[in-house]
Amino acid sequence: MQSKLSNTAVSDALKAKFGEAILSSETPYDFLTVEVEPTKMHAVITWLKQEESLDISFLTNIGGVHYPDQAEREFAIVYHLQSMINNFRIRLKAYVPLQNPEIDSIVDLYAGANWMERETFDFYGILFKGHPNLIRILNEDSMDYHPMRKEYHLEDATREDKDDRFFGR
Amino acid sequence: MGKIEDVDVINGEGFQLSNLEKVVASARANSMWPLPFATSCCGIEYMATMGSNYDLARFGMERMSFSPRQADLLIVAGTISKKLGPILKQVYEQMSEPKWVLAVGACASSGGIFDTYSVLQGIDRIIPVDVYVPGCPPRPEQIIDGIMKIHELVKHESLRRRDSEEYKAMLHSYNIEIDAK
Amino acid sequence: MNTLEKEKSNIEATIERSNETIDGDIATLNLGPTHPSTHGIFQNVLKVDGEKILSSVQTVGYIHRAFEKIAERRPYSQITPLTDRLNYCSSPINNLGWYMTVEKLIGVEMPKRVDYMRVIIMELARIADHLVCNSVIGVDAGALTGFTYLFQQREKIYELFEEVCGARLTTNLGRIGGFERDFSPEFHRKLNDFLKEFPKVFNEFDKLLSRNRIFMDRTIGAGAISAERALQYSFVGPNLRAAGIDYDVRAMNPYASYEDFDFIIPVGTQGDTYDRFQVRQEEVRQSLRIIEQAFNNLPEGDYKADIPEFFLPPKEEVYNNMEALIYHFKIVMGETPIPVGEVYHSVEGGNGELGYYLISDGGRSPYRLQFRRPCFIYYQAYPEMITGQSISDAVLTLSSMNVIAGELDA
Repeated sequence: MQSKLSNTAVSDALKAKFGEAILSSETPYDFLTVEVEPTKMHAVITWLKQEESLDISFLTNIGGVHYPDQAEREFAIVYHLQSMINNFRIRLKAYVPLQNPEIDSIVDLYAGANWMERETFDFYGILFKGHPNLIRILNEDSMDYHPMRKEYHLEDATREDKDDRFFGR
Repeated sequence: MGKIEDVDVINGEGFQLSNLEKVVASARANSMWPLPFATSCCGIEYMATMGSNYDLARFGMERMSFSPRQADLLIVAGTISKKLGPILKQVYEQMSEPKWVLAVGACASSGGIFDTYSVLQGIDRIIPVDVYVPGCPPRPEQIIDGIMKIHELVKHESLRRRDSEEYKAMLHSYNIEIDAK
Repeated sequence: MNTLEKEKSNIEATIERSNETIDGDIATLNLGPTHPSTHGIFQNVLKVDGEKILSSVQTVGYIHRAFEKIAERRPYSQITPLTDRLNYCSSPINNLGWYMTVEKLIGVEMPKRVDYMRVIIMELARIADHLVCNSVIGVDAGALTGFTYLFQQREKIYELFEEVCGARLTTNLGRIGGFERDFSPEFHRKLNDFLKEFPKVFNEFDKLLSRNRIFMDRTIGAGAISAERALQYSFVGPNLRAAGIDYDVRAMNPYASYEDFDFIIPVGTQGDTYDRFQVRQEEVRQSLRIIEQAFNNLPEGDYKADIPEFFLPPKEEVYNNMEALIYHFKIVMGETPIPVGEVYHSVEGGNGELGYYLISDGGRSPYRLQFRRPCFIYYQAYPEMITGQSISDAVLTLSSMNVIAGELDA
């Protein structure tokens, strides 16, 4: 099925509406990827949902990425959205710093964002303001660190039965 | 009266003479009620073993018990994470004696390919295990082989092993207290 | 008062007393984590009033195995065994979806024959997944016969997978760039037999349940969800199609030459358990149609693409040709020339849109690999679907949603 919207049309519409808040717009592998200022992300997603010509109203995925080397932009929060009527997909990114990893939650727009944001919090420690129940979901409640950050090991350091020398670590 | 298989009996006119332990052990082995604690992929292979092609029912395991109080054999099939550990231990403690544990799959035996912070590296960290069935997932024939080995264990166990010192010491090492009845 | 009237008034007084204690008696009931049906491990703490459910709180994460963290450690071809264990009832779809993601990143086109072979394998896996789900709905409703019939057919599908890759359940099937070997004549024979025998058994199963009065009474109206709420919760797959939205990744964003095939997307109306059951039944029939079309029109060609940097060269060349030896060494050591970039690819898995979001920094293993898992996302809607229903309806709703624990927790 062909898409009814083009990458350039949507990108231009976003830039026209939000101006300075759209920090960059690229199309790697023909997939529109727009970087948005974190404080404006909620407004952008609301506008994409309500704008009749775009109708980008399905939330595919929310995820996080950790870049320990980028100062002041350590965490990226990536939103994948799509429009079923127009067969169009878009990726929105926001970068937040390590000292203050906060962004507005979109649970009021999409009920399905609830667990996706909890998972991102569980793995990276990103705080979603306005989330009704931001606690750990997949890991144990007693865990005191956020395991997907790059500085933490995959293996449990306290295990006794496996000797790291034989496992090449 | 018919002849009981692989139990030494002396047949006579209207009576049989045998060792009570052997008869009870044979009865126990051929009528075990398993508790399938199936968590992940090995659970599907376990379901295939229960199906008509590999048929566990012919070993007396017709009735799967999901209540620990009514089960003899705890079949742990699948990955056990650290979050699930206390629950598995509770289920094991709820089972009444005599009880046996079969660890099906690489994840239940030793953590499998998941050497991570969230996976328990083998259920023998928290409960005593009798037979391990390796594989990822093991074929149904391997699971049946594991059950045959459990039957071997059951047929050669004493009537009240719960009273032996060895058993009590082993449970103590897992911090499992049993009722002193 | 004579004895009869005394009896009657006694009975009435007892009933009144018991009504007083039952009304306004809200109990907390723990459904799980160990389930009476082998679904997986998740816990629901229900607040019930008699048999009616008022609210529920869920706990998941009991099989969290940290796939995404493991993927950051492994080279690209070693991530396939991880993808196997996501939705393990239909592992080949996960494997082939991962390979398609990497091929998208590298930017290489597959020959038509590879596409058609992939379609056959993926549709077989989809049939296998739906067989498990539907037979387990039957078991939860009390109909145990369907389970034994359909698991026998699953054994036939397992035999087909064994011909291709050697494994039954967690298949680790294929390669980046195609398949490790062509379909053998034995596979052709077994697939022909399967296509002849399976529809008869499937129709027998259908007759047992589809128009069965008891089954219909139990499942119609149980766990209904409207299309608007389903879209809010980002439902995909058979659960969304049962609610009335015809979204299927195979039709919207076709991959692996799905646009060459002719198939219908079945859609329900109410979004309840009966609709989900029927949608999956019809999808099995449509998958059979697709397999027949692909199998009868299998094009000539190579079973792999010509990408020696990623696909191991044949052994004769490795022993005789310097270039092939170098390629072999590099691939085995994980030094494949993966470009820098980010890509999102999705396939229609057994439960809906299974997405792979891959960020590569040119290194040996992905920088970030995130799985968009449909089960995790639509399981959030479960409390809303069971509020106001009885506990037995809640159990049926859970099994009809086909929540696979491996995909839920990753």
